Amino acid sequence: MSPVMNTLVFEDFKPGRLGSFGPRQVTREEILAFAAEFDPQPMHLDEEAASRSMLKGLSGSGWHLCALIMRMMCDGFIGRTASLGSPGVNELRWLAPLRPGDELMLDVDVTRARVSRSRPSTGIVTLRAVVNNAAGEPLCEMISPIIVQRRDEAAAEQAG
Amino acid sequence: MRFFEDIEVGQRRELGSFTFTAEGIKKFAAQFDPQRFHLDEEAGRKSLFGGLAASGWHVGSACMKLLVADGQRLAKEAAARGETIAIWGPSPGFRELRWVRPVLAGDTVSFATEVLSMRLSSSRPEWGILEGRNTGTNQRGELVFSMLATAFVPRRSGKS
Repeated sequence: MSPVMNTLVFEDFKPGRLGSFGPRQVTREEILAFAAEFDPQPMHLDEEAASRSMLKGLSGSGWHLCALIMRMMCDGFIGRTASLGSPGVNELRWLAPLRPGDELMLDVDVTRARVSRSRPSTGIVTLRAVVNNAAGEPLCEMISPIIVQRRDEAAAEQAG
Repeated sequence: MRFFEDIEVGQRRELGSFTFTAEGIKKFAAQFDPQRFHLDEEAGRKSLFGGLAASGWHVGSACMKLLVADGQRLAKEAAARGETIAIWGPSPGFRELRWVRPVLAGDTVSFATEVLSMRLSSSRPEWGILEGRNTGTNQRGELVFSMLATAFVPRRSGKS
């Protein structure tokens, strides 16, 4: 039995659809709590001010949506991936507002997978993640690389 | 906050600092990014980060928190001078976000923002679009965070 059979390694990430994850419902209380701590703008905290904003109604912080995407990715696959973290985000677009009560679905595709030149025991997997609401309207699109151990390295580490 | 007409390319603002405590790092991670190197000191030490590391989304959210606080300070100053307060619009997104170095428990990160480019919105004439670089530097003067952010900024002339 392979010691890494339940862990996703670099070789498991092939270009194409990785999976769809969710649903994750987002409550008004969560939206208000995140905004109060990290993004206390009236459009994220106050119904009356929000109704007069460009987004026309209470909306969640874009950073809250990013954090929720991260959580959905963790629950969906990163939690069982030999992931070493991410160097950043190539591009992120907020396409439509996050609303109280939204049920989020996350579609993740692998757009590129290559062995790292500087650290050949790892690979760099570029992901495109799109989060949609229940109506199928995309709210946010993110293109971001993650660093994943290659099979031999992950196996050697688990063997101790 | 300032109107589009009050802003110039090259303007830089120091936004203040944020200290990442072990408790704060684990709380954010438990909610949004439950990877072992964000939750456990020992796992963090064994990881590429070399210690209990803040989620990159925690770092980005802390930058947002300080940007909002800076905007609120500017608004208060404008109000004290009897001037009209500019209310910024939402952001369409960002690009080239880099988690340059890990942010570890106990680190204090000072954030700053600098205006890179400005243009008028073609679809919304009462708004301008600003691109700026937000950066975070730790207590040793090392760059830890960098991103190119975009925001809708109201034009003074566009006010009804």
